[in-house]
Amino acid sequence: MSVIQALDISLAVLVLAVAIWTIVSRDAFAAVVGYVAYGLLVSLVWVRLFAVDVALTEAAIGSGVTGVLLISAAVRLRGTEAAVAAEWPGAGSRVLAAALCMVVTAALAAVVLTMPDPGATLAPEAARHLAETELGNPVTAVLMAFRALDTLLEKVVLFLAVIGVWSLAADGNWGGIAGPRRATNRQGALAFLAQLLPPVGIVVAIHIVWIGANEPGGAFQGGAILAAMWMIVIMARLAEAPAIGERRLRLALVAGPAVFLAVGLMGFAVANAFLAYPAGLAKPLIVFVEVFMTLSIAVSLPMLVLGPPDRPSS
Amino acid sequence: MNTAIDIFTVVAICAGAAFFMAGSVGLLRFPDSLTRLHALTKADNLGLGLIVLGLLPQADSLLGGLKLVAVWLLVQLASATVAQLIAQALRHRGRGT
Repeated sequence: MSVIQALDISLAVLVLAVAIWTIVSRDAFAAVVGYVAYGLLVSLVWVRLFAVDVALTEAAIGSGVTGVLLISAAVRLRGTEAAVAAEWPGAGSRVLAAALCMVVTAALAAVVLTMPDPGATLAPEAARHLAETELGNPVTAVLMAFRALDTLLEKVVLFLAVIGVWSLAADGNWGGIAGPRRATNRQGALAFLAQLLPPVGIVVAIHIVWIGANEPGGAFQGGAILAAMWMIVIMARLAEAPAIGERRLRLALVAGPAVFLAVGLMGFAVANAFLAYPAGLAKPLIVFVEVFMTLSIAVSLPMLVLGPPDRPSS
Repeated sequence: MNTAIDIFTVVAICAGAAFFMAGSVGLLRFPDSLTRLHALTKADNLGLGLIVLGLLPQADSLLGGLKLVAVWLLVQLASATVAQLIAQALRHRGRGT
């Protein structure tokens, strides 16, 4: 067994161990910390599988943004935790839950084990037609050209998620400032970070979106970094969160899906199919769409993390 | 020349790994949160610093090397801030355990 193999196996064992620890942990906050560590380890697994695009997304969304979301949820739910821990399900429901889990695990294992080897793949097809998209990164080509419909719907789902979060607002708070009221005192260290980091983060985010056409990167990863920069500034109280009634915010939220849809509809006129790009213009159009998608992602993710407004607009 | 550079890389990365090891042992063995925090920051600063130093000669371009240094600086900034925030939270609660 080579050293690399040994490292891969220990990484896999570590992922499983952290996953089990996260599930077994009785404290919500500890479980969230375990989940964040799990996400970072899984992104290492993706790097080892040579899927750097997925690794970037996993680290930014799976671990980073979801981590912040779950930490704020755990902190909010802290008061209810004792009551939840006191409720212990009866023997019947526990046996039922265990049986259900085992059936699901067995079904998943059966599916994975009966997969043909090598598995059915469209990768050679995608690689063969990569040149037609003028892109150098096959992942971006799949996301933005070959399976553009999936990506478009994904952006719409993100938008619907923001609407779902906002709809939890009380009637009187509609249009108010997103998220719970925060203490006004600034914390020195965090304010320092929030002043120092965003210029660097914004440059890195734009870089990642731009190189996404040819190398690992793209709108989702870049947008997540931009979102993180905005969230740090809000958390350090350097800027107030936006009011959800604000027109600029709403325009930024719909810009990505709307521009993508418009370009897709334009495909009917110029390339005879929905979401088709005219020859020679594929790359500029894809980059154009990605810029607006980055904006929407950078605005949507903080809205999901901040939660519904809990104070009136004025 | 190449061998000398490779030896430098191996030595620097091993030294960095030793600092991570020491930091992890400190995290597990030190008695209270503030000293555990102290152990962790050493791993981030010196451990990662030495690993980046060891990887620098292996970078295939100047830009690649600059990216490595940028990673180290960003981790420094993040870990220093988080250490401050955790220490502040501990002081706020009025206990160091």
